[in-house]
Amino acid sequence: LLLTAQCPFKLGEKVLQVLINIFLYHDFSVQNFVKGFQLCIVEHFYSQPLSVLCCQLVEAKKRINSLSHDQCENIRRLPSFRRYVESQVSEKQIALLTGDSFLKEIIQKLLEDLHVYHENYVSVLRCLHVFTSSLPKYPLGKQIRELHCACLENRVWETEEYESSLQLARMLNKSDLVTMLQQCVEIFVSSSGKEFDKTVEKLKEFLTQFQKLEAEPFQEQDVSVSSQKELQKKTDLYHLQKTLLELKESRRSKKLTKFEMLRFEVVDYIDSLVRSYLVPADHKTLHEIVYFNTASILREHLNAAPRIALHTALNNPYCYLKNQALKSDGGSISNKAPDICIVYKLHLECGRLINLVDWLEAFSTVVMAVEGPNPDAASSDQVDDVIHARFIRAVSELELLGFIKPSKQKTDHVARLTWGGC
Amino acid sequence: MSQPEGKGSGAMEVKFVPDEEVLKHIADDAGIKVQKDKTQLAVSMKRFVKKLEDVSDDEAQEILEEKNYVAALGLCAQDPIGSGSHVSGGEVYSFQTPKCTRKMAELASELAQMPGQSAAPCHSECPEKTAKTPQRSSKMYVFVLLMHVFSLLLQSKKKEFVSTTPYRLRKRLTAPDPCLESESEYSASCSEEEEEEDQKECSTVLSDQKTPAKTKAASTPPPRNTLAKKNEDKMSNLVEEYFEAHSSSKVLTSDRTLQKLRKRRLNQQTLHDLLKNAPLAYAAEIKELNQEHESLFSKWMLQLHLGFNIVLYGLGSKRDLLEKFRTSMLQDSLHLVVNGYFPSITVRSVLNSITEEVLNHIGTFRSPLDQLEFIMRRFQEDSSLELYVLIHNLDSQMLRGERSQQILAQLSSMPSIYLVASIDHINAPLMWDHAKLSLYNWLWYETTTFNPYVEETSYENSLLVQQSGSLALSSLTHVLRSLTPNARGIFRLLAQYQLENKDNPSYPGLSFQDFYQQCREAFLVNSDLTLRAQLTEFRDHKLIRTKRGADGVEYLLIPVDDSTLTDFLEKEDEDV
Repeated sequence: LLLTAQCPFKLGEKVLQVLINIFLYHDFSVQNFVKGFQLCIVEHFYSQPLSVLCCQLVEAKKRINSLSHDQCENIRRLPSFRRYVESQVSEKQIALLTGDSFLKEIIQKLLEDLHVYHENYVSVLRCLHVFTSSLPKYPLGKQIRELHCACLENRVWETEEYESSLQLARMLNKSDLVTMLQQCVEIFVSSSGKEFDKTVEKLKEFLTQFQKLEAEPFQEQDVSVSSQKELQKKTDLYHLQKTLLELKESRRSKKLTKFEMLRFEVVDYIDSLVRSYLVPADHKTLHEIVYFNTASILREHLNAAPRIALHTALNNPYCYLKNQALKSDGGSISNKAPDICIVYKLHLECGRLINLVDWLEAFSTVVMAVEGPNPDAASSDQVDDVIHARFIRAVSELELLGFIKPSKQKTDHVARLTWGGC
Repeated sequence: MSQPEGKGSGAMEVKFVPDEEVLKHIADDAGIKVQKDKTQLAVSMKRFVKKLEDVSDDEAQEILEEKNYVAALGLCAQDPIGSGSHVSGGEVYSFQTPKCTRKMAELASELAQMPGQSAAPCHSECPEKTAKTPQRSSKMYVFVLLMHVFSLLLQSKKKEFVSTTPYRLRKRLTAPDPCLESESEYSASCSEEEEEEDQKECSTVLSDQKTPAKTKAASTPPPRNTLAKKNEDKMSNLVEEYFEAHSSSKVLTSDRTLQKLRKRRLNQQTLHDLLKNAPLAYAAEIKELNQEHESLFSKWMLQLHLGFNIVLYGLGSKRDLLEKFRTSMLQDSLHLVVNGYFPSITVRSVLNSITEEVLNHIGTFRSPLDQLEFIMRRFQEDSSLELYVLIHNLDSQMLRGERSQQILAQLSSMPSIYLVASIDHINAPLMWDHAKLSLYNWLWYETTTFNPYVEETSYENSLLVQQSGSLALSSLTHVLRSLTPNARGIFRLLAQYQLENKDNPSYPGLSFQDFYQQCREAFLVNSDLTLRAQLTEFRDHKLIRTKRGADGVEYLLIPVDDSTLTDFLEKEDEDV
């Protein structure tokens, strides 16, 4: 689904990673994968205002013409579009940035380019997959989706895995090579890209050359036979060394057999195809319209960790309440923090059972220190009561959250329900 | 925002993939190990690693893999991180460390001494600690208070226990604190893998891995060997500490009770009044935070209509947020609000309200499952019916049972029933297994408001608040479950009789003689004495109240309101 050219919506590399990881590592649930995909689509259409253009090409052209000025501004702000503009001549730049109609034409052309790119991409990807999938050790991954991920990520021909796979490809034997070429021919023939006729012809040419090779006698064997004969003559050590060295040199400069040359050509040709067609999507302009790449949203919604949210909120309220007074570093907490954070921190220091009175005392020391010394004795009772009330509320909240529970072991004690430092 | 055109019917092809090919996809991936550490988002095969993991065996591999896994899942280049928290599981779930008795007071004093600055957590051992003299004169008060606290604590009985700990034990307690340990590990590992780790989470993962890294010659680079050795030493310390912490079953807390404080126990009302007058700290920030969440409302509506259900989690009461959602978005549509925190709510009542008020059907059902089927059928037949259900505290005491969750899950899987729920308990996600998760189809939203849990804690279950005389449904069921079937039968008789006469305002209660008569007929008791014994037991549990009538006859009354009693009886019938 993701690789077909008909579906205008594409997933960015990270998102694809996340979805695949969830599938492989959490549960082999196809339903969840589909749900994740649905979520991606919803998010994309909700948050990217230019996604009106993410649809079939014909429709897209119609819609481009009806884009409003604001939307044109949006397009101008896209980073990939900016790159494109910078690479143009300066008059064109000005025209692009100011003229809406000119912009619309350019956009149409760019979208078409994108469309064509996708079509070609798929075919070439399949072809590369045919080549690399049967190599030992799978340097580029065995499944086509991994290849797809690798290609999306960065320029695949710069990666080491690609190098190693090319080297291995150069060592393929003839029958494998022939079958692969035939498969490639099939792929290209069945694809809808219009530029592949030439490629198909070239590949067919390769195939015929291979077949011709079979008919030729093996000429290179003569050389090796002669060298063998030389070795078997009786010589003393010095002469033997000399002949061996000569043999080695001759072997190095040995003419490559026709098969090997052909093999080389084939591999180089595939390489050139890859370089021209498998450009990662990030380098194409206007890719943000079609690609959805914010993986964090996906993770947050599908794979949430509520415990972690609670933990950060309690330990580090600065994350949520952006008040300078709450800023704290390390594992500690400032004493102006909300009540529940203070109470939580204090209870972490205790063992299994917590004495409520001690807890209350500790809490009031902390809180009273914030409010400063109170010289007025009459109101200090009231203040005490308020502190008492705040403490009660914080403790009940902790109980609601499930950190403590009342204990019957000792009077007025509560038992901790969580371990360690959490 | 226009939706994409319907994909043409011929455009998508569905290919049947036989099992072998599927297996090929899955199984081969699991076989190949991680080859590279350099690329951050390695597209290589990884083994299954849980994010929140316990101490386990082959560590180096797992460290590597977890890093890759976390990196793959955790990074997002394009998205600005809002309030995202990158806390690894190792920080949240750690082991117990041995605590000393006065650590809490010490921490409090530290926090108190430095207002406005952050206080470092205290590492030192307990017996000796000199109070730091405060710098400024205005802190004299704090100092005095501090001494007061210390003197109070010194009087506690448990001090003797601490001072008589054998020297060896105390020496163990001085062993480097896990925090310090982890920090040294952090620095060691940090220097080695600096080029690989720019993300905070990876480094915290590594620093919290207090596990030995068994050297694997093939995959671990040489620097890891030194790290491995260090880890091994720390591992044995950790093991000792673990058993230390868990071995002592003595409770090392002081013996003070609330009585000594001479504070009056507050009941619910005074608590409420006091807190109403106390100003809420950080009101402005909380408001800002809430406004951020409110901007998500329309997104929720869209996602609800697409078949997802929304669950909200995070610290703070989400009741107001849901109320706002209701008033702003749901004014014109049919909605049902369920207050999960109410201590006598049951799934039955939820279903009843749906059938009676939404579907206008008056009638009883044999079991909740029947009721559920009826509801589902009606919703399927009538496609214009839409119902929004807002549940506060889906994980409350009453709604967290297996059956309740199952019923709610099936209810929410209907396409025209939209569910928005909030959870609070730390272990709430545990109540959902795969089946329920797929029925619920949750989208998780983190809505941390720092609002106090006013409503949720105002019912019956807080510790320091005086309980009013009435019993909730849950306590009734709990107590009765621990009694013999005969006792249950007796109580049920009493309850039934009481319910029959519930409209009678001057109903004094069941007289003892009548009661005895009925019990005998039902073969629940065979003599007067046994009945009296049972009644004393009930009285001890505060389940019944006895009054002496004008003519000297004892009347028995259950001090629970009628609706609770009816609910209770229904539940009993169901269970039996």
